[in-house]
Amino acid sequence: MDRKLVVSTSPHLKSPEDIQSIMTDVMVALFPATLMGVLIFGYQALVTIILAVVAAMVTEAIILRKGNLFGDGSAALTGLFLALVLPPSPPWWVVVIGSVVAIAVGKHLFGGIGNNIFNPALVGRAVLVVSWGAHIAGDVWVRPQPFAFMADTVTQATALSTYDFSLWDLFIGTVPGSIGETSALALLLGGLWLLYRGHIEWRIPGAFIGIVFIMGLIDGGFGMGLYHVLAGGVMIGALFMATDMVTSPVTPVGRLIFGFGCGLITMIIRLFGAYPEGVMFAILLMNSLTPIIDNLTLPKKFGEVKRSDA
Amino acid sequence: MSKETSLYLKDFTRGILKENPVFVALLGMCPLLGVTGFIVNGFGMGMAAMAVLVASSLVVSLLRNYIPPQVRIPCFIAIIATFVTVIDMVLQAFQPVLYEALGVFVPLIVANCVILGRLEAFSSKKPVARSFFDAVGAGIGFTLALVLLAAVREIVGHGTILGPDPESAIHLFGPNFEPMALFALPPGAFIALGLLLAVVNMLMKRFNI
Repeated sequence: MDRKLVVSTSPHLKSPEDIQSIMTDVMVALFPATLMGVLIFGYQALVTIILAVVAAMVTEAIILRKGNLFGDGSAALTGLFLALVLPPSPPWWVVVIGSVVAIAVGKHLFGGIGNNIFNPALVGRAVLVVSWGAHIAGDVWVRPQPFAFMADTVTQATALSTYDFSLWDLFIGTVPGSIGETSALALLLGGLWLLYRGHIEWRIPGAFIGIVFIMGLIDGGFGMGLYHVLAGGVMIGALFMATDMVTSPVTPVGRLIFGFGCGLITMIIRLFGAYPEGVMFAILLMNSLTPIIDNLTLPKKFGEVKRSDA
Repeated sequence: MSKETSLYLKDFTRGILKENPVFVALLGMCPLLGVTGFIVNGFGMGMAAMAVLVASSLVVSLLRNYIPPQVRIPCFIAIIATFVTVIDMVLQAFQPVLYEALGVFVPLIVANCVILGRLEAFSSKKPVARSFFDAVGAGIGFTLALVLLAAVREIVGHGTILGPDPESAIHLFGPNFEPMALFALPPGAFIALGLLLAVVNMLMKRFNI
């Protein structure tokens, strides 16, 4: 019997988009930043990235009891995100523990993909920073040595503890910092790709970067405003971490509030706090407010009237 | 086993597992999270709370027919506060190191929900002998929870047992071990408690307790 008529329930029109295609798009978007990280910081950065990705995939496969290591790609992506916000050469066990915590605690304890309250990669990093600060945020930043793949590492202070790098270096990425956060150029390329593919929207990164720039401007003039935007984790945070579709608000106004809050907390920590960098804590804090923001900014339904008016 | 003995046994065991004040009733969170950085402190806190619980339980049970129901809570508090003051002074005199480590949490036993809960729910209505066994059971259950949580936090967060005194502390993983400081900090107490609750609930379901 040939099937000329397909009988099925709605929906009949389906988006070709699925989890795997979105994850692939984000990975493509992260490719420039990853490449720049490896070019600037050498083989140790590559080792850290591979370690984090593999550990994340293995953890996910164990928890889901699936033989397929790659799965839908979300675990690999979380591992890649984690590696990109770590310094180039932390001890191997720190990277592995970070990946395991990110997947097991940050993602699966909350119910798996789509149910996590906090960005899993940032949960992993937060646990590492609090537990082994000396390996993650201490004297660990490596002097950039572009194209010297096997060079010995020399440590150096970050852009946010000395404030004496040129804006051009910050833009290209030849400054000490986490593997994937230094090159604003590469991150912008990736962000534009995500915008073009429709996975992110201008509101969160726009409000985030805007408020960071304005507060930097107030603090130290135009140059300092640009410096704050380009240095540290603002670019990767605003374009990739804060825009994570699971942990950020869905309403347009809510997204503006979310980005504004992220930028504000980041700058408060940078200018007045004990840590030199505040992007991670800012995004995690705002993640926890996401359900409230969504509830408070629900758009009016068509034809809806306030109860008191009825 | 006579009927009476089995009743006592039931009163006694109930507080340890089936109605554990921490893992099932989620009472007494404040000292639970506050003093469980080290096993020694957790155990000391458990013992102090248990002493107050047993003593005040006996007194409340003895006086249960004379306490007017309208003002029962103030009466309980007055009785508990008496024994807390005794324990406070005893600790200060004989265990100054532990007293120092427990700090404000010793006077705070006055407001401990585990104690107030057992008095309100059990001792104020039941005879003295049964109240005694119930109080001992709940006290052991509370101590058990404190020691378990403190063990997780001390082993992972410091890599030792029997700390913080360097003379008695045993380093479990050798000198090169870098402990996960998160669990030694206050947020780690919440996270460790959450994970521990999950494990205990899983085991209780598995074994139908």
